[in-house]
Amino acid sequence: MSRLRINTPDEAELTMEHLYLDLERHIAASTPGLCPVDMQISFLRLCHAQSCGKCVPCRVGLGQLVRLMTDVLEHRATMETLDLIEETARNIEVSADCAIGYDAARMVLNGLKGCRKDYISHIRKGLCTAGITQPVPCVAMCPAGVDIPGYIALVAEERYGDAVRLIRKDNPFPTACAMVCEHPCEARCRRNMIDSAVNIRGLKRMAVDHAPADTVLVPANQPDTGKKVAIVGGGPSGLSAAYYLALMGHKVDVYEEKPHLGGMLRYGIPAYRFPRERLQEDIDAILSTGVTVHMNVNVGKDVTIRELHERFDAVYVAIGAQTNKESGLKADGELKDSCVVSAVEMLRNVDTENQLDLKDKKVVVIGGGNVAMDCTRTAIRMGAEKVTVVYRRRRGDMTALPDEVEGAIAEGAEVLTLGAPAKIETDHNGNVVSLLVQPQIVGAIDAQGRPRPGNASVDPVSVPCNVVITAIGQGIETSHFEEFGLSVKRGVLQAMDDSLEGEIPGVFVGGDCVTGPATVIRAIAAGKVAAANIDEYLGFHHKLECDVEIPPADLADKKPYGRINLKELNGSERKDNFCHIEVGMTKEEACQEAGRCLRCDHFGLGLLKGGRESW
Amino acid sequence: MVNLKIDKIDVSVPEGTTVMEAAASVGIKIPSLCYLKNINEIAACRICLVELKGKDKLITSCNNVVQEGMEIYTNSPKVRSARRTNVQLILSQHDSRCTTCLRSGNCALQSIANDLGLMDNPFPDDWVDEGWPRKYPLVRTSQKCIRCMRCVQVCDKIQGMNIWDVANTGSRTTIGVTGQRKLENSDCTLCGQCITHCPVAALHAREDWQGILDKMADPDVITLVQVAPAVRTAWAESLGFSREEATPGRMAAALRRLGFDYVFDTIFSADLTIMEEGSEFLSRFDSLKEDGMPMFTSCCPGWIRFVKTQYPQLVPYLSSAKSPQQMFGAVSKTYFAKVLGVDPSRLFCVSIMPCVAKKHEADIPTINAAEKGKDVDCVLTTRELARMIRADRIVVGALQEEPFDQPLGLGTGAGEIFGVTGGVMEAALRSAYYLITGKNPEPDSFREIRGQEPWRESELNMGGTRVRVAAVSGLGNTRKLIEKILRGEKHYDFVEVMACPGGCVGGGGQPIHDGEELASVRGEALYRLDKKNPLRFSHENPCVQQLYKEYLGEPLSEKAHELLHTDHNSWHMPGEYKE
Repeated sequence: MSRLRINTPDEAELTMEHLYLDLERHIAASTPGLCPVDMQISFLRLCHAQSCGKCVPCRVGLGQLVRLMTDVLEHRATMETLDLIEETARNIEVSADCAIGYDAARMVLNGLKGCRKDYISHIRKGLCTAGITQPVPCVAMCPAGVDIPGYIALVAEERYGDAVRLIRKDNPFPTACAMVCEHPCEARCRRNMIDSAVNIRGLKRMAVDHAPADTVLVPANQPDTGKKVAIVGGGPSGLSAAYYLALMGHKVDVYEEKPHLGGMLRYGIPAYRFPRERLQEDIDAILSTGVTVHMNVNVGKDVTIRELHERFDAVYVAIGAQTNKESGLKADGELKDSCVVSAVEMLRNVDTENQLDLKDKKVVVIGGGNVAMDCTRTAIRMGAEKVTVVYRRRRGDMTALPDEVEGAIAEGAEVLTLGAPAKIETDHNGNVVSLLVQPQIVGAIDAQGRPRPGNASVDPVSVPCNVVITAIGQGIETSHFEEFGLSVKRGVLQAMDDSLEGEIPGVFVGGDCVTGPATVIRAIAAGKVAAANIDEYLGFHHKLECDVEIPPADLADKKPYGRINLKELNGSERKDNFCHIEVGMTKEEACQEAGRCLRCDHFGLGLLKGGRESW
Repeated sequence: MVNLKIDKIDVSVPEGTTVMEAAASVGIKIPSLCYLKNINEIAACRICLVELKGKDKLITSCNNVVQEGMEIYTNSPKVRSARRTNVQLILSQHDSRCTTCLRSGNCALQSIANDLGLMDNPFPDDWVDEGWPRKYPLVRTSQKCIRCMRCVQVCDKIQGMNIWDVANTGSRTTIGVTGQRKLENSDCTLCGQCITHCPVAALHAREDWQGILDKMADPDVITLVQVAPAVRTAWAESLGFSREEATPGRMAAALRRLGFDYVFDTIFSADLTIMEEGSEFLSRFDSLKEDGMPMFTSCCPGWIRFVKTQYPQLVPYLSSAKSPQQMFGAVSKTYFAKVLGVDPSRLFCVSIMPCVAKKHEADIPTINAAEKGKDVDCVLTTRELARMIRADRIVVGALQEEPFDQPLGLGTGAGEIFGVTGGVMEAALRSAYYLITGKNPEPDSFREIRGQEPWRESELNMGGTRVRVAAVSGLGNTRKLIEKILRGEKHYDFVEVMACPGGCVGGGGQPIHDGEELASVRGEALYRLDKKNPLRFSHENPCVQQLYKEYLGEPLSEKAHELLHTDHNSWHMPGEYKE
């Protein structure tokens, strides 16, 4: 008998390792709308199986919780059962020896609190409040409900124009979303169960690269209704609403305060991520429906919302989130103009006469979101000598997409994490010389699941710089609309409910100005919702359909296969210009990647409900 | 054309053909359970699996289309094994006590299990009784339900009502009612199309026939039976006799054998309905023109339930005439009781209907006119009639033809066609023409309104008066037509609506033939009866004329109003706005 042994996993242990990975992937691919109680019981059973069996609360208690919760699910429980579940879970939480027991109990308590309505519905009516309304996970997760399996199948058949037509039924910005969508569709992709999500955005990119949106004709407008709709704001939300309302036969006028359309797609997202001429393809297609645009018109100064409300049958307010949030950062002296600028201002002025001069300057960007990364990478392209990102938390806590952070680093940015900006230091001419940064220590986790940073017991450090860019969030210029009678809470305009109707009849509000700064696809979805509800408000019920025939699902066995990711130009090739950095798929890649789609519209509940619908 | 091999047989079929249809074209019948063409192609039961050469996974043949060069095997070892397991799994959640089951002998699951020779099941029973109110006309027996989802799809795609829904997820997935409602609190129209499309006995109409046997046995009770037009086209379908053998005369004989004292006919009261509804139409013609709205027929209780919840603003445009079933009940318990010289309380009035909603209609408290309990005491479906005949071991082929009793057993051809979509309208037009012009038209003048299209319309010149009419069947179609009317895209003066596709002949109380739609052939049978009938015009029905002469006076008289008309606002559907 040897005294010590090297641990070598046997086949069963290796199989279990795989099982745990499978489990992770399966959980990640859960379809929205599952029964919360059923899922919690299933998870609790897993926790119970993890129990070592030493202690009573965990060994016995978790099993009893499973039993009680099953009673709820099977309509045998009363409200007293609910109290017993709560009491038992509380006692397990405080008396279990280790995390296996007490954390399982914590999850039960969380579920009981968060999903209480569902527990009660099971007890009182024997009915679950949840339900799968759109069983195709990608479509369910897409705010605009784009027919994703449909267009993937079309891309596989190289029917790119039809793919664009199909996307446009729900989203008139196929190009924008091909370039910059945050693709929530991929999060619950059922393919995750087998290997990893289909590269949905990459396949959409394939469609718009081979059938540019401005070359794919839009459908004919339905007969003129004689109704007029004004849209305030020519960004993705306003233009989406304009597009659908025009197709429905209404006369649409868009009012935009800037000299060009596109909103944040033009004035927020840098050209290296979304070339302006590609944005123009979407805009030209939208305008081809006959929408009238009024550029350089500020609603509030040049015309009032009240006038629009009087002159038009309905108004959609989609003004976005165009102002800066105050950083509250103080300087130790008088500051020169253009030494401390906001992200919105900096990005907006790129390629205009007001462009910031960053040539050979040292730049600090404050923030950890995608906008901070946009500023960083834009500053590098504008010739800055050095760009440093200063962020209060850890790199993994950044809200920016990991690819964006890595992209910035590859282009030469430095990232200073766990540093809270404390003070701007200036010289006697009012020039910035450095940013004083207080080192942070990561602390307790907050309700959103991110650890809260706190001041570390070390001295502040000085980061030399000439320009400070603050990318810490955007606000909304609401005052004119508030005076008109639209209500504002916590800085955003209020819709009465999900229909986006404002408090004044005939006035609808949506997009970033309601949600606060969000993603382009959410803004587009708001435009679509507003269009449908304005149509109803005007007394119509137009249906928007798409006659593109979707190819039948292929019957090949779905074996695990690697996901094809889009490549980017190398850091050295891209960092001194604003050329598009992302490279689309080849046809070979696109066909292979499209073949990974599991066609949940054909295989699964999508055949029965949800699936393919007009709106 | 696409070329493939199925079980080594060369097959050539048009592009887009499913594997199942391709197999059927060369005589290979692939078993299926949940599949209903164009309605339920969700591949849920996994019984119609086939093996596609070169693929590990089996594919379903009902919803996958042929591809060039496919090699399909419908009975490979893998297919046999998986099909067997899946049927056994379905059986484990199905109460298989077939001897006491309504659908025994007419059950898709029973056939498949028998065909596969499944004499045992390794999986223990695991079915759940979700409970059901006993009094509701539509019954769901959850322990029989195989979750094929046909009911969900039929209600959605054919009837456009979305009453049934998939409820819960995971292992507890079942059939529920949309909006977390109970069926009896929903706007279900009780059309019964979910019943006639259920492959097993999970959905059925409430069975009421046992109660009648006691009434027949009671010497103090006089039992009357009326039979709806559509019933005569289908009553013997499940008894093994053809439509030609199963004549109305044999049906009358069978009913007499069952023990009914008087065998009457709903086509008598259909003729009466025409007299009232036709006269009402003419009297409302000018005011309807002013409103720009048509008058809608009121004989179909499924349609009445539909309009009350879906388009309450149209209720004022319904004819106030009762349905033939209820007119019959009212006349039998007043006029006929007087003819017999007995107290109406001694009469027990049974109706045999192709319908489930009629069971509810007879229960509406305000529908009764005779002030002696219910005008129609008990409503049976065509299926219940067949069960009664079978229970008494009556051999249809051995029966001699017998006439219906008089005076409530005589009807015209116009009354016969009440059971088919367009028939009420055609019957009304025959008499309306007479009322306007004083002359009878050629009886087949209005055949434009016949047919199986979702709706038919016609514009008629009635002695210089332009009358625009339409007939629609199926509630999905009805909704589309009403939307067009409300949007001003369609203008009619008179619209006939029947809730079931094809009309009452396709009703929810008719015999069930899995995967077959028989409304059209049954409708043809009614048109043949109409053609053969020596009387083709409701206003020429001598018994109806006699009824007016002796009792009612004239159409729309005070007495006629009291007995034959009803206020559709006097009762409420669940969720209907109440003042």
